[in-house]
Amino acid sequence: MEHDSVGVSRTQLHHAIAKPKMSAQDINAYFGKVQALKDVTTDIPANRVVAIIGPSGCGKSTFLRTLNRMHEVAGGSITGKVLLDGEDIYKSDAVLVRRRVGMVFQKPNPFPTMSIFDNVAVGLRLNGNNSRKEIAEIVERSLRQAALWDEVKDSLGKSGASISGGQQQRLCIARTLAVNPEVVLMDEPASALDPISTAKIEELIFELKKDYTIVIVTHNMQQAARVSDRTAFFYLGELIEYDETKSMFTTPAKKQTEDYITGRFG
Amino acid sequence: MQRHFVQELEMLKTNLVKMASFAEQAIADSIAALLERRKDIAEQVIARDKRINSLEIQIDDAVVDLLALQQPVATDLRFILAALKINNDLERIGDHAVNIAESALQCAKLPSGTPLTNIPEMAEITKKMLRDAIDGFIHSNAGLGRAVLKGDDTIDDLNKKIVNDLVAVIRNEPNSIDEALDLIRVSRNLERVADLATNIAEEVIFMAEARVVKHHVEESPLSQ
Repeated sequence: MEHDSVGVSRTQLHHAIAKPKMSAQDINAYFGKVQALKDVTTDIPANRVVAIIGPSGCGKSTFLRTLNRMHEVAGGSITGKVLLDGEDIYKSDAVLVRRRVGMVFQKPNPFPTMSIFDNVAVGLRLNGNNSRKEIAEIVERSLRQAALWDEVKDSLGKSGASISGGQQQRLCIARTLAVNPEVVLMDEPASALDPISTAKIEELIFELKKDYTIVIVTHNMQQAARVSDRTAFFYLGELIEYDETKSMFTTPAKKQTEDYITGRFG
Repeated sequence: MQRHFVQELEMLKTNLVKMASFAEQAIADSIAALLERRKDIAEQVIARDKRINSLEIQIDDAVVDLLALQQPVATDLRFILAALKINNDLERIGDHAVNIAESALQCAKLPSGTPLTNIPEMAEITKKMLRDAIDGFIHSNAGLGRAVLKGDDTIDDLNKKIVNDLVAVIRNEPNSIDEALDLIRVSRNLERVADLATNIAEEVIFMAEARVVKHHVEESPLSQ
């Protein structure tokens, strides 16, 4: 079977693009009267990593937050549709949407008063799961998926704040995975981390796409190149270009994209 | 957790080793076709050049991906740069094998009689140089690379001797001119293959030791 550079078969790729996991259709997002996104339309293929790049203020984080209705929590408004498996998330229950579309933030934010175990278990308990055995299994599986289990398995009772920043971020990823989302949104998940922790997070993203659809916002273009299958370039609230990452970084179609990725911007 | 970048480097190396084995086989077969006057083997060499060409494009593509997407540094960067050049050298070696096979086809049509002079010996040394250069690449062994560099002068001398001997044959036996000219062509192609094996060996030394040895640059004051 023919495979592309990231090990996904061309057949799977075409299938994934033919049936997007999420679709944004004519999204316009506002903070009060200020328009942050202009007519953004795009598909997010299943089991792929989509990176969103662009200069500060270009709307990339806003776009990410429209994908799980966090934009309205931040006080914004939106027109247009965001489809998850073909259904408009803005016509669904926001809590259910956020369960299916999880989020990891820039700064690791474990609950400092909770143990490592409880940090991962908290979402399950909030969802009404009271089975100790099942919770323990899911906590272990989630920590393994987040590549953290081997480092914390003997100290699950310790505070979530007692581990390093890189470990805390993987703990937050485990917490997100525990409630079994279908899509994981990551807003600069490695920007507060050292290079070794960053490399671990990047490898983790590569592994996680087997089971999840991932959208990552990053300031770091090299990171976008390393981890993603498709890249979206935003500028002044508009989606300028969206293509296979390889094409974007070797033969971008738009001059603005070329100028940005080659550092000739402005 | 193994970095997937490392897996992609391994994949590049595997493809380059495959390319090297195709090129090596092409040279061995083209020489066998000449010495054994086997048209069928010569035709096989010509037909199989397509797979070398297609692998060259595939490897070029992988190198562009790695450079554009992974920002390689240090050993990884040297390996990828060496891979790009070796890939090109191997493709050229495949073309020289085709040239030799074409000469073998011409010779097979003619009545035998023209002496092969030192061509069998030259072919053996060239094949060994190529083998060592490829082994040097597989094992990142600069020592093997240096051994290959030493063989190049022997090949140059043999090429001159073969050309002189065959020119003498043409003078004495004008009827053998067609076959003798093809044998001169074979000798020149073998000499080019040895040059390309030397290029590969230079890349192996660059990859393993970060030393530039081509064009005798180490002997120049700039390298001090």
